[in-house]
Amino acid sequence: MSTATTTPTSNVTKRLGAIGKAREFGILLALVIVIIAATAANPNFLFSADGWRDLLLTPSILVLVAVGQAIVLITRNVDLSVGSVLGLTAYLTGRLFIDFPGIPIIAVFVIAVAFGGVLGLINGALVAFAKVPAMVITLGTLYAYRGINVLWTGSDRINASDLPKSFLALGTEQFLTIPILTIIALVVLIIAGWYMKNTRGGREFYAIGSDPAAAELYGLRVTRRLLTAFLLSGALAGLGGVLYAARYGTINSQAGSGWELDAVGAAVIGGVAIVGGVGSVWGAAIGAVLLLTINRALPILGIPDFWQRAVVGVLIIGAIVLDRVLAVRQKRKLIEARDDS
Amino acid sequence: MLFQKKTRAAALAALAVSVALVATGCAAGDSGSGGGEGDGGNLSITFLPKNLGNPYFDTSNAGGEEAIEEFDGTFAEVGPAEATPDGQVSYINTLTQQGVGAIAISANDPKAICDALNEARDAGVKVVTFDSDTNTDCRDVFVNQADAEGIAKVQVDLIAEQIGDAGEIAILSASANATNQNAWIELMKEQLAADHPGIELVEVVYGDDDDQTSFDKTAALLQTHPNLKGIVSPTTVGIAAAARYLQTSEYQGKVALTGLGTPNQMREYVEDGTVTAFALWNPADLGYLAAYASKALIEGDITGAEGDTFDAGKLGEYTVGADGVVLLGDPFVFDAENIGEFDF
Repeated sequence: MSTATTTPTSNVTKRLGAIGKAREFGILLALVIVIIAATAANPNFLFSADGWRDLLLTPSILVLVAVGQAIVLITRNVDLSVGSVLGLTAYLTGRLFIDFPGIPIIAVFVIAVAFGGVLGLINGALVAFAKVPAMVITLGTLYAYRGINVLWTGSDRINASDLPKSFLALGTEQFLTIPILTIIALVVLIIAGWYMKNTRGGREFYAIGSDPAAAELYGLRVTRRLLTAFLLSGALAGLGGVLYAARYGTINSQAGSGWELDAVGAAVIGGVAIVGGVGSVWGAAIGAVLLLTINRALPILGIPDFWQRAVVGVLIIGAIVLDRVLAVRQKRKLIEARDDS
Repeated sequence: MLFQKKTRAAALAALAVSVALVATGCAAGDSGSGGGEGDGGNLSITFLPKNLGNPYFDTSNAGGEEAIEEFDGTFAEVGPAEATPDGQVSYINTLTQQGVGAIAISANDPKAICDALNEARDAGVKVVTFDSDTNTDCRDVFVNQADAEGIAKVQVDLIAEQIGDAGEIAILSASANATNQNAWIELMKEQLAADHPGIELVEVVYGDDDDQTSFDKTAALLQTHPNLKGIVSPTTVGIAAAARYLQTSEYQGKVALTGLGTPNQMREYVEDGTVTAFALWNPADLGYLAAYASKALIEGDITGAEGDTFDAGKLGEYTVGADGVVLLGDPFVFDAENIGEFDF
């Protein structure tokens, strides 16, 4: 797939676009099927007030984290520390409300997002300057950030009663039946989607992911782009942390552990290739919604708890196999296209 | 130069070894004299919780300290930062060398710390486990916070009372392979079948002791079972997450919730009426009793044999049961009336 950006014949890009579209469409279709099946089994899934709210609300935080993850994945890197960043910022959020009573909510948002951004920037700097694979660096910071969290939190815990009511209300409040959290996630998604598709900066992420060496030779500012990608991923995980605090109300030192896998899983299911250069934040977002909606739908369909993780595993493997098949087919077509010309 | 450095290093190493030898020699001597006193001079009791900085153990250790002050012993508290299976071993070894009178420990693992504890006992240190037991052959007495029967019964009674003894209920547990949770759930099922024919247990779900999973499982439960009258969550994480979901849902006040929780986690939900009452033992009493059990062992009043009795200050008299288990009593029920008195 690395040849895709270096041989931009209009025919090929059109075909590529079609495949990409088909991919996101497929995931969307799967999501719709899951929702219809669950609703048929139990109309409350969609039509009760709580059901509708939870359908939109539950995936919102993961959507944010998955969008950040997708951006990093597209540059042929990975950010495994997002779960730890989310946990750390969630605890920071709680601490801010406890240690500075009356602090404006917007200030907490700004501080937490900035803090997440700094944590992301540390990842980015280590990856970009030390030239160590992101998998290793972020695996390290996954443990390091979690360690800091455990050190800081101990076995303390933020309880819902420590947080202001107006902040907790954010976690469930709705505007025209759409939860606030979902609106935040959608706004971020639209901005990120537009940026990745239409701006020079966004396209450079794809270029770097497709062929880092070529991107460097072409004179793209690879280091700066990598820093930006990790910064965005960290900041979005930070935003996720604030929203996590608002939604769940209880934060201990293990908040958000395992989220990195959900985020990577969501992105991969949504068609973001783990080897970079392919996919979109929209796909990752739909993947996140699908992942969590399946989790919620399976018990309603009467599938026991124990199978739910297995189903998620099958989805991820399926998505990767599909990726591979598409990649092979695409490569063949590109070769044909080259031979024809 | 190089040679000089080497000799210096060797000298340092030799010094270190000799210091260590002297130190351990001294320690061994101490423990010998400590153990030798026998009739109760050495009332230095050290609490070794699963991990430090845990509000639960802070409360139980405070209870222990209170008891130890009452009988003029020496209280100390050590422990690992994280609750790992073998993290307590080095602390046990150090305490053995220091020759403390007794170790009151909440075991992170029933087997991993056994050898260390038995070495301590061989050196004359009494070992009392509380909250979480080891295998029975590595300690003198286990102070049990509540027996499974009592835990199951208090929860069944609470939910029966809250839903008027009829209707559908569900259980939100921790992980599917949590031994204690499963034992309680089995007992609850038996008690429901025997004494509460009107209550039907429709589902047991597992929140993995994770806030978010428990929260989402609660949502799924309420959706799947529209006639649900109550939820029992025998785990502190589960009950708090379920309460948080209920609080913000259309089911607040309609679906009852009870189980095992801590006052700090549940305060908000009890105050706004989402939860009427929940249960747990009182960790302060647990530590208090463990301290008195340690004292009784040190002074030779009990040996850990079944039928031994000892005095436990304000808690009254206790009898050692089978396998050296001392039972604290029935779980404690927290409600809007008394929750303000607790902070853990």
